[in-house]
Amino acid sequence: MDLQTLTYLAIGLTFALYIGIAIFSRASSTGDFYVAGKHVHPVANGMATAADWMSAASFISMAGLIGFLGYEGGVYLMGWTGGYVLLAMLLAPYLRKFGKFTVPEFIGDRYYSQLARVVAVICLIFISFTYIAGQMRGVGIVFSRFMEVPIETGLYIGMGVVFIYAVLGGMKGVTYTQVAQYCVLIFAYTVPAVFIAINATGTPLPQIALGSELVDGSGYLLEKLDHTLVDLGFGAYTAPFNDKSMIDVCAITLALMVGTAGLPHVIVRFFTVPKVRDARISAGWALLFITLLYTTAPAVGALSRMNLIATVNGADGNGTEYVIMPNWFKTWEDSGLLAWYDHNNDSKVQYAAGKAFAGDGKPAFAGDQRGIHRERVTTNPGHGDIVGNAPFANELYVDRDIMVLANPEIAGLPNWVIALIAAGGIAAALSTAAGLLLVISSSVSHDLLKSTFTKNISEKQELMAGRLAAGVAIAIAGYLGLNPPAFVAQVVAFAFGLAASSLFPVILMGIFNKRMNKWGAISGMLTGLGFTLGYIIYFKGVFVAPFAANIPENWILGISPEGAGVIGMALNFIVATIVARNTAPPPAHIQQLVDTIRVPR
Amino acid sequence: MSNPKKEYWRANIRLVGGCLLVWFGVSFGCGILLVDFFNQFQVGGYKLGFWFSQQGSIFTFLVLIFFYAFRMNTLDRRYGVDED
Repeated sequence: MDLQTLTYLAIGLTFALYIGIAIFSRASSTGDFYVAGKHVHPVANGMATAADWMSAASFISMAGLIGFLGYEGGVYLMGWTGGYVLLAMLLAPYLRKFGKFTVPEFIGDRYYSQLARVVAVICLIFISFTYIAGQMRGVGIVFSRFMEVPIETGLYIGMGVVFIYAVLGGMKGVTYTQVAQYCVLIFAYTVPAVFIAINATGTPLPQIALGSELVDGSGYLLEKLDHTLVDLGFGAYTAPFNDKSMIDVCAITLALMVGTAGLPHVIVRFFTVPKVRDARISAGWALLFITLLYTTAPAVGALSRMNLIATVNGADGNGTEYVIMPNWFKTWEDSGLLAWYDHNNDSKVQYAAGKAFAGDGKPAFAGDQRGIHRERVTTNPGHGDIVGNAPFANELYVDRDIMVLANPEIAGLPNWVIALIAAGGIAAALSTAAGLLLVISSSVSHDLLKSTFTKNISEKQELMAGRLAAGVAIAIAGYLGLNPPAFVAQVVAFAFGLAASSLFPVILMGIFNKRMNKWGAISGMLTGLGFTLGYIIYFKGVFVAPFAANIPENWILGISPEGAGVIGMALNFIVATIVARNTAPPPAHIQQLVDTIRVPR
Repeated sequence: MSNPKKEYWRANIRLVGGCLLVWFGVSFGCGILLVDFFNQFQVGGYKLGFWFSQQGSIFTFLVLIFFYAFRMNTLDRRYGVDED
């Protein structure tokens, strides 16, 4: 069968599965809709959490990012897994004991304040929409590349499927679909990884393969990669702090860890298990399922970088004639995620350090115009300067996002493996999108409508409102996916920074500091939020031009905007503590509430 | 009432504190701050500091959470606050 038929088959079958599950697990009460009736087994919840958490970014982009960053890629690996330790020990069991439906509800009750609750809802909605835009875009990219339909059509299909199971099934439907999606995505991720690992090192386990010797007898994989990259003018793959300073690596890692623990759609998954002790162990299961992918990704990243260099620069290391480049090269070029400019006019594609294109390094294409080798014509070539002692100037632009998707093709794997990758990428994007839609709709129906604006609606009306809100949220998400704001890449830093600097500290202090009161919490949240937003906008410019160049000399303590959440968090803690000291302590019944959530019974 | 609940909470804080020390040690310690020191050692094709940052810290996190969950169950039972 050809690739396209196989892809249709893989995606069609998985969609049928998701919809089937949705029909079997419809939500009949608000409890089902918000927290799956609190009947989810901890292992099932672990799988659902893993799928909820691992987004299109984890599946599609992360390995490529690691492959290009080398050692510094570790910030994502440690940051996005270390957060689960914080979640398991500092938040999940206590929030489960609290036993209500949403994160803002905890903040509102603990700080006896509707204002605090509404501020939390605002943080939550901002964080979640930021995230969803990226997921919808991921669905669109996979569809357009592998099914050869326009991005829009792919998006509509994805929206339709999420609509069916999120609106019908609520948290209950989403939970069991996520379990299925986890199985699809982990299978899709590890199968090609194992193939590639065997091809390169003869070892099937990617975790071992990364530290193994290559089958061609050229020594250890990582050492070979170090040498190859240095010869091309890059920093060595395993050498620390090539692109980022030590303090910045620390700050980004911590911001990602704390941000992970503070993401509402992840926290709320721990509301769905029957007991406090299930919440603790469930975090362990979640991390186990995440670890399977996260410890595979570094091998995928390193091997795909090496395969890319081998394919482009050829056996003699002098480059490959454009006309004999393999098919995948041209398909990705057609999609604009790869581009070539022949700086030295030798008709060969060459890859080395340095930017092949001017400005931010991204190619600008002259429409569909073709050059003398039938390559796409670009309008912004760089100077073609040679970096360090590389043998030639870099002539190639490769978008990092294509590495996982193109990897099976680069490594020459069979078509069914490529079809699998497509289905896995979609599963990763849809499962995360559904989880996010759900926290948005429950905070609208439960925190805003039921508890703040229209307090006397019945449970049935609230359920209806939840479904409507989910529908509207899907429409907005689809719109954001179709018309991605120019700053999609920047806003990812927002989501983690905001979660780290607003929600996490307030929940943590709510549990561990009895003296923390309403005024402390509100001023802390606003300070953390304000600072982090300000810092990111100041250097990255969202809606406005940046106020200062985004370079280490301008940063506070050398911390980049990606790590700004850490400063925001520290300010949140400091301001909250000072304000709480100087205002009245929380009332006695709140202190009792804290005592009850601290013990399982 | 001075008081099993307070003692339970203190034991809980001690356990969490110990776990977080290990959490910090493997990631920020071995993987970032002391990465150059650990990179002197080689395990197979891995430099040790690099391994901590891209593999070792994740495995340690995993063990930590399961250890914490089992220890907390023991504490719950010892202080009679378990859910059964």
